[in-house]
Amino acid sequence: MNFDPSHSKRSFSSVGTRPIRPDGVDKVTGRARYGADFNMPGQLVGRILRSPHAHAIIRKIDTTKAAQLPGVKAVLTAADLPDLTNGDAAMYDILDNCMARKKALYDGHAVAAVAAIDARTAKQALKLIEVEYELLPHVTDVDQAFAPDAPLINDTIFTTGVDPKPDRPSNVSMRSQFGHGDVDAGMARADFVVERTFKTEQTHQGYIEPHACVASVSSDGTADLWVCTQGHFVYRQHCAQLLGMDVSKLRVTSSEIGGGFGGKTHVWAEPVALALSRKAGRPVKLVMTRDEVFRASGPTSATSIDVKIGALKDGTIIAADATLRYSCGPYAGAWAEVGAMTAFACYKLENVRTVGYEVLVNRPKTAAYRAPSAPMAAFAVESAIDELAKKVGMDPVDFRIRNAAQEGTNASYGPIYGPIGIGPTLEAVKDHPHMKAPLGKNQGRGMACGFWFNFGGQTCTDLNIGMDGTVSLAVGTVDVGGSRASLSLVAAEELGIDYSQVRAVIADTSSLGYNDMTDGSRGTFSSSMATISAARNAIKILRERAAQMWDIPVEDVTWENGHAVAKGETHGNLPKLSLKEIAAASGTTGGPIAGHSEIVADGAGVSFATHICDIEVDPETGATKVLRYTVVQDAGKAVHPTYVEGQYQGGAAQGIGWALNEEYIYGKDGRLQNAGFLDYRIPVCSDLPMIDTQILEIPNPNHPYGVRGVGETSIVPPLAAVANAVSNAVGVRMLHIPMSPPRILAALDA
Amino acid sequence: MVEVTLWGSLAAAAEGNSKVEIEAKDIRELFKRLNERFPGLEPLMERGIAVAIDGTIYRDTWSKELPTGAEIYLLPRLAGG
Repeated sequence: MNFDPSHSKRSFSSVGTRPIRPDGVDKVTGRARYGADFNMPGQLVGRILRSPHAHAIIRKIDTTKAAQLPGVKAVLTAADLPDLTNGDAAMYDILDNCMARKKALYDGHAVAAVAAIDARTAKQALKLIEVEYELLPHVTDVDQAFAPDAPLINDTIFTTGVDPKPDRPSNVSMRSQFGHGDVDAGMARADFVVERTFKTEQTHQGYIEPHACVASVSSDGTADLWVCTQGHFVYRQHCAQLLGMDVSKLRVTSSEIGGGFGGKTHVWAEPVALALSRKAGRPVKLVMTRDEVFRASGPTSATSIDVKIGALKDGTIIAADATLRYSCGPYAGAWAEVGAMTAFACYKLENVRTVGYEVLVNRPKTAAYRAPSAPMAAFAVESAIDELAKKVGMDPVDFRIRNAAQEGTNASYGPIYGPIGIGPTLEAVKDHPHMKAPLGKNQGRGMACGFWFNFGGQTCTDLNIGMDGTVSLAVGTVDVGGSRASLSLVAAEELGIDYSQVRAVIADTSSLGYNDMTDGSRGTFSSSMATISAARNAIKILRERAAQMWDIPVEDVTWENGHAVAKGETHGNLPKLSLKEIAAASGTTGGPIAGHSEIVADGAGVSFATHICDIEVDPETGATKVLRYTVVQDAGKAVHPTYVEGQYQGGAAQGIGWALNEEYIYGKDGRLQNAGFLDYRIPVCSDLPMIDTQILEIPNPNHPYGVRGVGETSIVPPLAAVANAVSNAVGVRMLHIPMSPPRILAALDA
Repeated sequence: MVEVTLWGSLAAAAEGNSKVEIEAKDIRELFKRLNERFPGLEPLMERGIAVAIDGTIYRDTWSKELPTGAEIYLLPRLAGG
């Protein structure tokens, strides 16, 4: 389904408008049901016992006393979850992460679970479970884990991607490499070189709603799962495989979602809840506490990144090189690989090389977090680029414009770019009033660019036309950012009816074909393609029905602005038929009218953004205050501009928190010390200025309206934009994220 | 016959070939032929590979035709957040 160039000139009726979101009233009145709001008669309370050790062999688990406690209906260990992964290493890791099998691999790793009649009994039962551990040396820092003499976390891990193949296991699961040209020769030609090592600490997605689900397994083997997730079809696949169920016998219904940002693309407690329900014979509700969310779910990688960039006197970057070490938690991952792909993606480079190393550590299994791995790489590269611009003697925006990738550029990760928006975002920033506003004492301004791929994927949508002519749109991509509104706009646009006549719902897994999860900024991109296709299929039927009603050939019927219109000399004078009139007659013209679509929405357009940040630093305390922040990003086509702006603002807010405050802090004992929002400080409204946004629209040639994904790119530039602002304010290059007050003071004292 | 460029790690697993010429009409056939020619690619192929055709990335449309003369680049199959 390619972009129709005429759309760039046409005037949309619905797309591009800003109606109130259909889920808005329920959310602000408390009527919306989130994961923990669902209940069933007779449900039990599930609780999970977690390891207090960073690395330990589980010698023995005695659940006798817990099982005998009155009110306890099921006790579960790994012995109740046999390995059904059939050699699938990635699924085995998921299974082991849900319930430790031989070793506890991090503080918070699940080792047992109970289901009881109430929370008090469940909590008491956990205390009665006796676990015998044999403690092992641990390592939580990415650089220490990378060292050859580090405590070994998994003796079956041998580094892949290196030649010759290693004969000893290590904590490095994979090496990856990207690039082209001759970096060493290019660097030798450089007039100016910047070489730095940067570090970023591990952060959590920080969703407000904890993981929550209700599982109900029937004695006939069918089951239901109500869950807060970004991808209920994927959860169904994973849970069914881990529990040995037929996929069709497990129905998964997604709740409203109080934030996911990648952290709800992975199963954590859901297979455990289902296994408990199966064992107890009753529904089980399992809600993670905030402590559990931090200790056992979702963090992103901690990183250590070496960057070296060389430029000629005229400002041309002649060579770029980076080595990226990303922590994966205690399992193999592919996080540094993504960082290596995205690091230099904004630039047109003759000679570029990136090498990524995946590093196992005794921390929770790394999870996706909004443009996963890209923000850390951008922090390192964009900081070095800023420094290099100064060395060359160029304005940082002009230096980036000179080196920006454009259509036809060979991307640093491989392919040749089609039409892209990095250049336009930089030009927009150069002309933005923000860049010209004066700064005061102890204040600094920084800017930075960011890139993300965006994805499409498997998508299924049903569009059903009611007898009254209103439309129900059933989609399978969970609405995490207002997609029900945007998809309703698309349906209204295609059918030629008012937005108020369309209601979009997220269908459960038994009501719709498979859908990939809402990740990779694909929700509106892929489901809008499927919605357009479904609507056009419905229009085909509407034309056929109108032809029947008029008794004319269907070829003589067109669809215009929500009406069937008869064409031709013999019946061109027939009054047009509205969708409502055709729907009302559907019972006698062939039955229900609907349009369906099952597609693979490949062809998502890559996305670029450029951000500007003003910050004030108190040199006495190291405290920072963001004074002004602007996001400029290419949306392809903004279907619902308000929610596009919301995505821009949300990504920027999260990135600012990552840059300034957020980090997992581990003690020498390998235990997490700040598993709560009091000690893990995410920014709140009072911490931030209003984040200004500017939407650019460079159409994606692979979408009928030109839509690109917009949800993730906005978190890529902020780490670097804030770091450049702080560095400019204090006159010292900041190399370590987050730039918390102690770290800023340390940098000033160095 | 199409010319396919492999990313660094994939090239290493393909006996050091960063560019290979393959007789394949679509992505499905391309994967099949690559597996036959370079058995060392299997672990990487199993982990997932995407194909960029003239800059557009395809992850799942294995029936996508490979036009003669197109720029074809293999990439790791990625996930987002």
